[in-house]
Amino acid sequence: METKVQAKGALSSSIRLKVNGKIYDLTVGKDVQPWHTLTHTLREKLGFTGTKVGCDHGACGACTVLIEEKPVLSCLTLTVECDGKSIVTIEGIGDPTSGRLDPLQEAFIEHTAFQCGFCTPGIIMSLKALLDGNPSVTEEDIKDALSGHYCRCISHYHVLRAVKDVIEKRRRNGSL
Amino acid sequence: MSFNIIGKKIPKKDAPFKVTGQALYIDDVELPGMLYGKILYSKYPHARILHIDTSKAEKLPGVKAVITAKDFPPHFRIGFMKDNPPLKGTKVLSTRDEIAAVCAISPEIAEEALDLISVEYEVLQGIFDPLVAMREDAPILHEEVGSNILKLPWRLVCGDVEKAKKESAYVVEDTFTTQWVTHCCLATSGCVAYFDVNNNLTMYSNTQIPSLAQNEFLEALTALGLRNRRVRIIQVTIGGGFGSKLDTYPYEYIAILLALKTRKPVKIVFSRDEEFFATSPRQCTITKISQGCDRDGRLTFREVEMILDNGAYTSWGATTPSVMMMPISSLYRVPNVKYTATCVYTNNTYCQAMRGYGNPQATFAIESSLDHLAEESGIDPYDLRIINANEPGEITPQGFRVTTCGLKECIEEVAKRLNWKEKRGRGLKKRGVGIASLIHVGGGARVYKSDGCGTIIKMDDFGKVDVFTGASDIGQGADTVIAQIVAEELGVPVEDVNVIHNDTDICPWDVGVHASRTTFVAGNSALFAAKKIKKKLLEILSKLLEVPPEDVAIKNGIAFSKSDPQKSIPLARALRRIHFTTGGSMLMAEHFYDPQNENLNKEFRGNLSAAYAYGTHGVEVEVDTETGKVKILKYVAAHDVGRAINPLLLEGQIYGGVLQGIGYALSEKMIYDNGYLKNGNFLDYKILTVRDVPPVEIVIIETNEEAGPFGAKGIGEPGLVPTAPAIANAIYDAVGVRIRDLPITPEKVLKALKEKNKG
Repeated sequence: METKVQAKGALSSSIRLKVNGKIYDLTVGKDVQPWHTLTHTLREKLGFTGTKVGCDHGACGACTVLIEEKPVLSCLTLTVECDGKSIVTIEGIGDPTSGRLDPLQEAFIEHTAFQCGFCTPGIIMSLKALLDGNPSVTEEDIKDALSGHYCRCISHYHVLRAVKDVIEKRRRNGSL
Repeated sequence: MSFNIIGKKIPKKDAPFKVTGQALYIDDVELPGMLYGKILYSKYPHARILHIDTSKAEKLPGVKAVITAKDFPPHFRIGFMKDNPPLKGTKVLSTRDEIAAVCAISPEIAEEALDLISVEYEVLQGIFDPLVAMREDAPILHEEVGSNILKLPWRLVCGDVEKAKKESAYVVEDTFTTQWVTHCCLATSGCVAYFDVNNNLTMYSNTQIPSLAQNEFLEALTALGLRNRRVRIIQVTIGGGFGSKLDTYPYEYIAILLALKTRKPVKIVFSRDEEFFATSPRQCTITKISQGCDRDGRLTFREVEMILDNGAYTSWGATTPSVMMMPISSLYRVPNVKYTATCVYTNNTYCQAMRGYGNPQATFAIESSLDHLAEESGIDPYDLRIINANEPGEITPQGFRVTTCGLKECIEEVAKRLNWKEKRGRGLKKRGVGIASLIHVGGGARVYKSDGCGTIIKMDDFGKVDVFTGASDIGQGADTVIAQIVAEELGVPVEDVNVIHNDTDICPWDVGVHASRTTFVAGNSALFAAKKIKKKLLEILSKLLEVPPEDVAIKNGIAFSKSDPQKSIPLARALRRIHFTTGGSMLMAEHFYDPQNENLNKEFRGNLSAAYAYGTHGVEVEVDTETGKVKILKYVAAHDVGRAINPLLLEGQIYGGVLQGIGYALSEKMIYDNGYLKNGNFLDYKILTVRDVPPVEIVIIETNEEAGPFGAKGIGEPGLVPTAPAIANAIYDAVGVRIRDLPITPEKVLKALKEKNKG
């Protein structure tokens, strides 16, 4: 992964984020305030509204995005902390040229692994981090990855089915 | 009967939008020039407002308007009892009372402005216990009402309970209490209001009742001096409903007034804290119940007295006794019934509809008490239920005409899968089994003047179908079920049916998404509209194919002659032929379906629903006698659904209902301390996660309801109705303690075990 890190200093007033493969240079004090959360910047400044705010205090998991491939609660992350980091949101996991969806997204459709769907982007991002590059994922791993996600429609059963389906297909195709 | 599309596991139509982040929820709506509204709530649960000073807030740069009660017409009130002013000017009655509101160019500035508003209060003694509020010497909260007891005389009397009680061989009496629980929709409440140049209002909304909300906002506009205006409700993707959006709330009227004052779109979206304390939960109840049976176990009577904490104002929570009457009078055959319910004003939060609408509270009491009666009479709880199970064709004491009824099959199936006879009463390693059943409306519910839903269908030049329905989709899958019904009837692929359900400017009237009514009512409406368009279509195709209409069949979007399948034409081509010709036509049809059900009369009798849904849940638990913790080992949920239109979505409804029910039974509780909510956040109010979900086995019983679309009945709410008593009964079987107060926490179980051991 290629990330260009800017020289940082006490007086630095600009940060650089890579979101879904695209570079954004943001001026602190203008585009971003020091107290802005990453959720806020993604949604309100950069227009990635697929990232959802369920609680804004780190309890529900709806705002989960990937920072350097790891799932992170973007409502508890300050944007200024993300200088030089690569971030992926729900809008960034399909194939950008063909528009083809990620296998997780396809499985979530096939199994209708939600009702209202508000928690879905966050759940998919956590699962994406779990599955990518991990050949042996157990049911316990899946439950661990999902344990920080609230879903009030309680579609957990359908979610588990969808993930297992992805793992099974992956095994059959011999791909990671 | 064989189907092409009905009964298939078809993914939800909006799935691609929801998995890609493209679905737009209320917080995603952005309009040019939009302002952000915030609300100042009361500091005290009961106080007089002596003075409000908004001058500093008004001067804060970026603030565009500040409003207080004086900006609304003096007598403007909301709610069905008209007892709730959107902003409170002289007195506050709860900590969620709205006192002032601000809108500004950013949410942060609006928030800052709230801090600059000063309010002087004279604090008054609060009343937080309905039993205290009912006392003669209690201060009156609503002076204009003159009493803390609401003028809602819920009272159902069928037969002679006193006589039956004397003649019963066995009688039990218990008192059960239930707690406040809240919907916890993952997307918080909100709206965007704006007025166009003609003073017509558009509301982007989460509502479950677009047509009724439209009516209520029109009343508000009239009160604000805007007569004969239009109101358009556009529903965004709704991030959870569960009944929470069945009424209009003060924040919506506040947004409307702020939009009117500023001539700009105004958005109000709740924080999670607000969502907890400023929306209306399921009401808590105190229920005294007595039931009896004869020597053979036949139920003789059921008597229920209930007190509901109404909170400070009145929303639909106060009408839940109308639904509680249903299981009280009609769950199992019981000839003599008496039910009274009293709703009482307190300085607590006011209550609303929540999945099941009173039925879970009533069923917890009925089914727990039934197990008590089983013990008293020495009859196995399973046998007692089978002896008294409702049957098709029966008319219940309240006047419900039971058409299809798979209750017996549900009970039998659950007992079989639980291995009831083997496991019951064995107390093996503190394990036990319990069952409980339910009745719910399954064919709409006539709680309003109309229980109807309209549908408009049109077919385009490409053979595709647009269905404009009054139904609302809150995630449950109305869009998909309606598409399946229309596709099945017309013989087109389900992908070719587009369902539009979110705009009152183009969709017909519907009473709302409640009472598990959408599949039955909106489904029938769509089916009848499809039949009408199909009739026109067959006539046209008959001419084009030169065969009689009854010889024409349509499959997969292609019309053909049944007797001579060589004669065929794609629908798209047929539709273009009749369109692009002199004096051409386009295919359109409409239908308004209002089920054959009845409003309850003054004695609260009548056939409330066109069909009734039944079900039984069975559970095996293990109770840790050291910690009081209850573990669910097995859970079986059997439901008579008439017909499963889409098993994938149906399972979603049952799983969701059961799991919300388990939360209701074991862990969820809003803790109020003298009017202040103490656990109003997702860290302290626990809903079940993937780690907490036990294995649930779903059993679908199909009874093919004649009045339902393709035989279907409603299933939205039933999943959580019998959950708590089934668990409570299993705990009793395991360790011999009966918990009569929800939720059944480890502390309560331990305390009961200690008391039992002492005794």
